[in-house]
Amino acid sequence: MGAKDEQPSPSRRGLLRAGLAGAAVTAAGGAALAQAKQEPAKQEPAKPDPAITDIQDWNRYLGSGVEAAPYGKPSKFEKDVIRRNVGWLTAGTESSINFTPIHEIDGIITPSGVCFERHHGGVAEVDPAKHRLMINGLVDKPLVFTMDDLKRFPGRVNRPYFLECAANGGMEWKGAQLNGVQFTHGMIHNVWYTGIPLKTLLNEAGVKPNGKWVLVEGADSAAMTRSIPIEKALDDCMIAWGMNGEALRAEQGYPLRIVVPGWEGNMWVKWLRRIEIGDQPWAQREETSKYTDLLADGRARRHTFVMDAKSVVTNPSPQKPLKYKGPNVLTGLAWSGRGAIKRVDVSIDGGKNWQTARIDGPAMPLCLTRFYVDFDWNGQELMVQSRAMDSTGYVQPTKEALRKVRGLNSIYHNNGIQTWLVRANGETENVEIS
Amino acid sequence: MSRFRNVVLAFGLAAALASPALPQAKKMQPPAEPAKTGLGRPALPEEIKAWDIDVRPDGLGAPVGKGDVKKGEELFLAQCAACHGEFGEAVGRWPVLVGGKGSLKADNPEKTIGSYWPDASTAFDYIRRAMPFGNARSLSDDDVYALTAFLLNMNEVVKDDFVLSNENIGKVKMPNAGAFYDDDRTTAEKHFWAEPCMKNCKTGEVKVTGRARVIDVTPDGKSGPKVE
Repeated sequence: MGAKDEQPSPSRRGLLRAGLAGAAVTAAGGAALAQAKQEPAKQEPAKPDPAITDIQDWNRYLGSGVEAAPYGKPSKFEKDVIRRNVGWLTAGTESSINFTPIHEIDGIITPSGVCFERHHGGVAEVDPAKHRLMINGLVDKPLVFTMDDLKRFPGRVNRPYFLECAANGGMEWKGAQLNGVQFTHGMIHNVWYTGIPLKTLLNEAGVKPNGKWVLVEGADSAAMTRSIPIEKALDDCMIAWGMNGEALRAEQGYPLRIVVPGWEGNMWVKWLRRIEIGDQPWAQREETSKYTDLLADGRARRHTFVMDAKSVVTNPSPQKPLKYKGPNVLTGLAWSGRGAIKRVDVSIDGGKNWQTARIDGPAMPLCLTRFYVDFDWNGQELMVQSRAMDSTGYVQPTKEALRKVRGLNSIYHNNGIQTWLVRANGETENVEIS
Repeated sequence: MSRFRNVVLAFGLAAALASPALPQAKKMQPPAEPAKTGLGRPALPEEIKAWDIDVRPDGLGAPVGKGDVKKGEELFLAQCAACHGEFGEAVGRWPVLVGGKGSLKADNPEKTIGSYWPDASTAFDYIRRAMPFGNARSLSDDDVYALTAFLLNMNEVVKDDFVLSNENIGKVKMPNAGAFYDDDRTTAEKHFWAEPCMKNCKTGEVKVTGRARVIDVTPDGKSGPKVE
């Protein structure tokens, strides 16, 4: 993990290009820069690189044929790009969580095989031929659909959305606990969904005028249930059978799940088998005992559906330390359940000074958004932060600002600003700062 | 079908009016609500009964049946205590079901059925749909009434001779019922909607006040799932 300075820092580069320089003008930073300038370039005779001069096996022998992998996997050299869990978090693995390796992926689409999992009764292996979707309650006509029925509906849609667990970052409410962005922010994924608007199905059954709430229920052994207001159901909820162009993965609800854009992941019921219309919420376990947010005065918020604007720097981060001085790419993700990401600011001095990052790729509503800051690093200690702003004007708060309103025991909805301490040797740590 | 005819008319009209009338044509677009397709089939009463088992706080959906505290205790020891403990105090990291009264403002609040849950119906509904863990839907409705009665009794919500039934499940008063309120972030956290500081935002030195490494609970690569 030790920092290497394989390439001498060219003196023509500023300490930190692209405006971060303003943030880094400190006595220490200036001294470090001066030192780098004075360092004489080491004059070792250049040796030829055996990676070039030797003939490699893959350059000589035949590789596998096209029949070797009817359904491909990542290269074996990418074996560390995997979901991980934290054993002590839960009593068993069936009602538990694992984490997306967001420090290892780029862009905005999460590969299906590493999308984090959250189950309450394990992964149900549902036979699609036996899967049914029922709509009942306050409707003109209670209905049953097969998967084939659903795929015949007109008005099919394809949409990318983030799904963030309400508990993402929950372990960090009281302080810095887990040393990796995979663990502090990895209860999230972002995929393209294929399906039909929930509105289409509700129209088919005919919602009665007093139908104000929608209960969604899973077919798994937890029979997960949540109450959704009818306004949201009629707005942008989807009944999805596809993700990233193929069928849902079993662990993501195959063959059918509900997509509730911008709202906490718990509501995105998997293995969806029933939709009920009622005139009141149902106060199910997952919206009373769980997914309610305890405040300092002993009362609790309920129905905290929306995931607020949030961001995190994924590189550098504890699992991705800085390895080289000179040019480096800082990158991260931003998202908001209230709209599109309008801007992301980055600080390297613990929030004293900020510069606006570059967003590359689309910044779609309710979807992960990728940002970058290209910078030069001279071995100076950094306190890296990012701060998201969304199209409603909401600005991601500090953890301290959140605690002022909510106390320490909310568990859910921690969207506070994350700080990474990058040390002189490049090692990076999850910290809280003054 | 009249809606469908409107769609056709709107398109026809737009074409007739040609390009200068485009803004007007836009206004006349049909409502987004699609016509019915006739897909699916009616759900039969037996099918709805088999799947629609949810119970609301007011008791709507509660199946006919009843169970008392004593029978609930027997069932709890046989079916539940291995994980939740004989007194609902929990084994290992399994959920605590009893106690925690008055702890909600404490550093480590204990949120149980008695200290936190706002409605008795939720306990009945959840046990019935998802418990015992690994053998869901194996209890009769009367068993679930009895288990719920026992848990309410252990939490000092009802007396020892209490009988829970579909008649009274909507009337049980839970200690923490009044302590929940709807999401108020757009008012209570309105100050997060404000243009942020960009330069010289903090005075003095920024110091590290907490470190994950000190707690050191992050799993290493070896404890993650194995892949081939």
